[in-house]
Amino acid sequence: MSLKQAMAGECGLQFFGKMTASISHEIRNVLAVLNENAGLMEDLLLMAEKGRPVDQERLKALARSMGQQIHRGDGIVENMNRFAHEVDQPVKQVDLNEAIGLLVALSGRLAGMRGVTIEPVCEEEVLMTTNPFFLENLLWCVVDFAMPLMGEARVLKIISERSETGVRIRVSGLENLEQAVRDRFPSKREQALLESLKAECAVDVTAGEIVISLPKKIDPVYSGDPTGE
Amino acid sequence: MKIRVLLVDDEEEFVQALAERLSMRDYDATTSLSGEDAVEKLRQYNFDVVILDVRMPGMDGTEVLREMKKIKPLTEVIMLTGHATVESAIDGMRQGAYDYLMKPCKTEELVEKINKAHEKKAEHEARIRDAKVKEIISSPQAALRED
Repeated sequence: MSLKQAMAGECGLQFFGKMTASISHEIRNVLAVLNENAGLMEDLLLMAEKGRPVDQERLKALARSMGQQIHRGDGIVENMNRFAHEVDQPVKQVDLNEAIGLLVALSGRLAGMRGVTIEPVCEEEVLMTTNPFFLENLLWCVVDFAMPLMGEARVLKIISERSETGVRIRVSGLENLEQAVRDRFPSKREQALLESLKAECAVDVTAGEIVISLPKKIDPVYSGDPTGE
Repeated sequence: MKIRVLLVDDEEEFVQALAERLSMRDYDATTSLSGEDAVEKLRQYNFDVVILDVRMPGMDGTEVLREMKKIKPLTEVIMLTGHATVESAIDGMRQGAYDYLMKPCKTEELVEKINKAHEKKAEHEARIRDAKVKEIISSPQAALRED
């Protein structure tokens, strides 16, 4: 294993930890709402036992709200499951828009904490053969770097498109890129991920964009699977 | 007089249900969905105890705690954390928070902590009143001084 691959692997563990911690926080929030709603329902029923008439509409609203929270929790767990399975195969066919959608769902709370909304812009189907975990990790690194550089709108767009040589992802809506890029982007961890994905990164200061160009297909040997299987 | 509690959390359904449950237990509960709003409410009104989520968009719990302690140093704050780690809550306690609770929390535990926090605030206020009375007795001009 090369030093770059080892670095990409270490960066991957950090990424996995960050996303898992955020997911666990979201699940706890769902459980906290369910806990209070269940407690409130119990309080209302106890008061009914003591003679205060129970408001049936109130109980129905609480049951509805609990159902919505369960649905919310189910969505979070489904995303977590999809994320966990991204490492099953080092290289596979990936729907880029789905991969971006998953990253947006996983990192939405972290972005929200920083007052940023991430908006995927996917106008065409983009299929590619790549390492989905490294791809999502690279996207997170770019998003994490980009969030402090947002303009007033606080909307970070991730635009996916086909290019002459493969696939392009544009992370758009950034300001003051020149100084920030000169100081710290791409760092060694992003370089390791770019190399593992056979990707290139360019910065368009005027357009306020970071542009990642990826091949439509990579060989498994480039992406952490030395056997090529 | 009812104990005045300010509940601060960006999960709207959570604070609303909790506020309703505390009202049923005879607390005067007010809700706030952001740190900025909570600080503003604390400037305008008096609360005995604040239940404060550590992690919120915008101004987070630790920042809110710092501001609150500047505005109303005697108001007791209980930190609410959704994280498995307690570092953020311990950090809050170093900065003057009374205690912390992990989400989701048991109502009895929360109520007990609110009551104890209120007792602490009431004792502190009583000591300040006593000190003022002693000062006035020893120097009657002290009564004319502004707080």
